[in-house]
Amino acid sequence: MSELLGHYNYWIVIVLMMTGFYTVIARPNLIKKIIGLFIFQTSVFILFISMAKIEGGTAPIIEAGISVYSNPLPHVLILTAIVVSLATTALGLALVVRIRQAYGTIDEDDIQVQDEED
Amino acid sequence: MNLVLDILSWVCLLGGAIFLLIGAIGVLRFPDFYTRLHAVSICDTLGAGLVLLGLMVQGGLSLVTVKLLLMFYFMIFTGPTAVHALAEAALQGKLKPLVNDRES
Amino acid sequence: MEYLIDIVLLGLLMITGFAIVRMRSLLAVAMLTSIYSLLSASLFVVLDAVDVALTEAAIGAGISTILLLAAVALTTDEEQAPRHTPLLPLIVVITTGAALIYGTVDMPHYGDPASPVHRHVAATYLHDTPGEIGVPNVVTSVLASYRGYDTLGEVTVIFTAGAGVLALLGYRTRRRNSRGPGNRKLVVLRVIAKLFFPLILLFALYIQFHGDYGPGGGFQAGVIFATGFILYALAFGLGNAQRVIPHRMLHIMMAVGVLIYASVGIESMLLGGKFLEYRVLAEDPVTGQHLGIMLIELGVGITVAAVMLIIYYGFVSQQRSGDM
Repeated sequence: MSELLGHYNYWIVIVLMMTGFYTVIARPNLIKKIIGLFIFQTSVFILFISMAKIEGGTAPIIEAGISVYSNPLPHVLILTAIVVSLATTALGLALVVRIRQAYGTIDEDDIQVQDEED
Repeated sequence: MNLVLDILSWVCLLGGAIFLLIGAIGVLRFPDFYTRLHAVSICDTLGAGLVLLGLMVQGGLSLVTVKLLLMFYFMIFTGPTAVHALAEAALQGKLKPLVNDRES
Repeated sequence: MEYLIDIVLLGLLMITGFAIVRMRSLLAVAMLTSIYSLLSASLFVVLDAVDVALTEAAIGAGISTILLLAAVALTTDEEQAPRHTPLLPLIVVITTGAALIYGTVDMPHYGDPASPVHRHVAATYLHDTPGEIGVPNVVTSVLASYRGYDTLGEVTVIFTAGAGVLALLGYRTRRRNSRGPGNRKLVVLRVIAKLFFPLILLFALYIQFHGDYGPGGGFQAGVIFATGFILYALAFGLGNAQRVIPHRMLHIMMAVGVLIYASVGIESMLLGGKFLEYRVLAEDPVTGQHLGIMLIELGVGITVAAVMLIIYYGFVSQQRSGDM
């Protein structure tokens, strides 16, 4: 039972990761793939932040009278990761817009058919 | 005095939660887009306002209460505006409201 | 009781994730992604990560949604039905998930104070920050001072994304929007936008400079700053927004931010210290740290705001009529 209580956070995060992974590999629409990647990235953030939490601790802002703080190092890493995920999502969506203008469709199978015809 | 304030904030928080729940049920049950929008706009603004009021009573007279007051001011302006923008967009997209055609 | 909120939020996240996979209407999927980000931000608050929650709410639920909606408006509205059977992807996903779950059995329990990640460096950061840097928010001190190199790389990544979108989508300068008859419908939105635009910019400045004492900092402030201008562009049209902030100014701002950051590093080298060693910037080391952190957060905020606006202008310029 303590196994379950100690690890349920990680298991649900893995379910979310696999949902994102499935969206990337199984759906042919390019925007859906980018959204799947976004879901995957956000669930990885939740994994890191759950590892940083200390029971009975509080936010890592130093204040008189509090002795236990949550670990600030994963917070810093995830802050960087969130901004990088935005950068990749924006660039990916710009590429999708351009692909739509070049091929007329954003369905992966149709694009492959058009590429093989040339 | 503390007990009275506690009970007051509990009433506000629970009332806000009940209104949000009613708004959610309205979104699921109403038949048409415009009626659903009506349910969301009123119940969400009122629910969020009551929750913020309950938190303000808990905060007492401090900087936290001032910040919550600013949030309340922001919510009562932007909530109805967002719903208005949605309704205008739907009208422009030629979504017709459901009208009862039977003459009774 | 905290565990209850945790479980409920994670359950809602799972439901939203499954709904995103199954739904075919791309506009609904974009809004569901926004809800997913907002739920993650609430989960981060429950997990005591307040800076991360602010960033995720501003970036994930704010800017990403706008970009997704813009991309969906420029491409198709509806996803076609998948033509291959989902059997092979399902097998791959289930196998990978099972392997990962087998891997997490060895991990430390959630909330365990004795887990290895809390030893070594993190304890010294928490211990040294009040004395060496004098800033209450430890996340800001680690981000800006102890790990300043990583943040310089991050600002460069944002700059590269802005340059990439500029190269892919370009921009189109539009003339001032005329006052057509259809503008009567936008009266409420325009009044509210004019009312809240200065308040949003003020809030962005507050978050920028309050990042030392509470959650905040350059990234969140830059995003909120850009959101104010995007609100203005949505209510008044792209032509009017480009008269407020022209493209040339955004190009310059984008580069100036990164330049400020790198200049702080070079200045500390010229004053005798190493690259990005802030304590040589003033006589008192703690004042030097404060000065260094303030300057680099300013650089970060300027670059992030400029890049967000450049990306928005790029997407909206592709629309033929230009009043998205």
